[in-house]
Amino acid sequence: MYTFSNRLKIGSFIAMGLGLIFLAIGFVSAPSTVEEAKAIVAAAHDDGHGSGHAEEATDHGESSAHGEEAAHDASHDEHLLHQLQNRPWSALYVAAFFFFMIALGVLAFYAVQRAAQAGWSPLLFRVMEGITAYLVPGGIIVFVILVLSVMHMNHMFVWMDADTVAHDKLLQGKAGYLDPTFFLVRAAIFLGGWIFYREYSRKLSLAQDESDDNSNFVKNFRWSAGFLVFYLVTESMMSWDWIMSLDPHWFSTLFGWYVFASMFVSGITVIAMIAIYLKSKGYLEDVNDSHIHDLAKFMFGISIFWTYLWFAQFMLIWYANIPEEVTYFVARIEDYKLPFFGMLALNFIFPLLILMNSDYKRVNWFVIMTGLVLLFGHYLDIFNMVMPATVGDQWYIGLPEIGGILFFGGLFVFWVFNTLTKAPLQPKRNPFIEESRQFHY
Amino acid sequence: MASKVIQALYNDDDVLMHAVKKVRAEHHHIEEVYTPFPVHGLDKAMGLEDTRIAITSFMYGCLGLIVAIVMMNYIMIDDWPQDIGGKPSFSYLENMPAFVPIMFEMTVFFAAHLMVITFYLRSRMWPFKKAENPDKRTTDDHFLMEIGVHDNEKELADLLWETGAVEINVTEKES
Repeated sequence: MYTFSNRLKIGSFIAMGLGLIFLAIGFVSAPSTVEEAKAIVAAAHDDGHGSGHAEEATDHGESSAHGEEAAHDASHDEHLLHQLQNRPWSALYVAAFFFFMIALGVLAFYAVQRAAQAGWSPLLFRVMEGITAYLVPGGIIVFVILVLSVMHMNHMFVWMDADTVAHDKLLQGKAGYLDPTFFLVRAAIFLGGWIFYREYSRKLSLAQDESDDNSNFVKNFRWSAGFLVFYLVTESMMSWDWIMSLDPHWFSTLFGWYVFASMFVSGITVIAMIAIYLKSKGYLEDVNDSHIHDLAKFMFGISIFWTYLWFAQFMLIWYANIPEEVTYFVARIEDYKLPFFGMLALNFIFPLLILMNSDYKRVNWFVIMTGLVLLFGHYLDIFNMVMPATVGDQWYIGLPEIGGILFFGGLFVFWVFNTLTKAPLQPKRNPFIEESRQFHY
Repeated sequence: MASKVIQALYNDDDVLMHAVKKVRAEHHHIEEVYTPFPVHGLDKAMGLEDTRIAITSFMYGCLGLIVAIVMMNYIMIDDWPQDIGGKPSFSYLENMPAFVPIMFEMTVFFAAHLMVITFYLRSRMWPFKKAENPDKRTTDDHFLMEIGVHDNEKELADLLWETGAVEINVTEKES
């Protein structure tokens, strides 16, 4: 049995506390009137420190000066106010979704391992089950943020604003799908299905340890295969609902896959990192370098799959250059050059060069380092999907963003490691457990 | 190279693996092992060095990438930068997404083909090559271990019988 180390527990509480404070500062310092919003932009212009920041601030100065010239361009000012008000919300949402997505990616990986009857991974099932436990709090928090959005606490989803829709032909055309009530019902169905599978599979997995036949294992196999079908449909719709609808004028057919690749690779990375951590503490004696090697191969392969989808989406839109589609990337390349291309280096070139060598995949600290870079890269990926739509050029990675990462990171660590203490880390009578124990590559 | 070799035949890969380990433990140099299919772990048991063919493949891939970049840059940007459908041909970077499919395929093409050719060269395989087959049965269901003889024929034969050989031949090695 795993015992939650006190240092880790205290660390996660400190992270949550700090994160809450940073987020609160973000919410308190968000402007509530147009005048405050203008003052914030002007202040950013005045005390710009650091070259990149100063450069950015100059842009702001120009745009606000332009606003003044246009003599009380009320709609521009209101737009700016909404962007600044959105910033703490978006920071919260990006971090909440990012950690939720890790748990969901792990759940998909877990179901694949069960449905494929993989012989190497049963030793890691308890680690995966520990991570997917975060689906419950993480999913509920994301759902609450969505409910608050529907209740007009923020302006992240413009289509939720009846006024905006009334003046927008395109949104009226999509109103049948992008309907606030239907949106929440869908979200509830997705989350309900995922959480149900997670809890039921965990129950069967634990029951298998105590039983004297394999009926629980077979049941789990069937439910996993069924879940994968449900997951592929709902994950795709979830990505349209929760992320693509932030840019409701834009659409992309492979978006669901793209979000899936991002969550899958982050999930696998977290499995590898937590397995290495537990192994280093002496809790996973039977997990050897070959298991880590396999996980690192998945990190490598899915990173390239992610890049393939990123590029397929980008290149098709760039090549055809159809105005209604290309604005998505124009906004990102204009205002988000560094995060947009930086994440490509972090998520593709870095793992490509580090994890290509077979020997490096067995070096645990290499995997941890690459994992940290990959996780940061995929945080930026979600950041790039959400922020341009909600805060536009008013982005910055500051207190609310770091607070979001700290809070949800702390919650994630606390919840996952707390769940790991609930059951033995090695399944007892999984039919493949012996193969997994002997696994070597 | 001994001019005389002793060849022990086995009919089971497990027995062969144990025999290889035993012969190595007795400090005899195994010149060659012939098997009808890859025996997992045989290279480790024989103490063969790891292959470096993956490293050559990586280098060939880099070469292919460079070839693709230089080629597309010369043709599309330097030599005749036309406006084709409004694609920006002012610099390589501006038009790069359009070249990526070629860059990717050239990388894979070079990495794969040159690696295969390297493999053929290093393992001396070509269409009219004379087969080096000491015993026809090794292509079907027998395993053959070949050890050089240095006036210790009797001792070697005893050792090999002991490891479970089903047949032992001593022959003159050509060349």
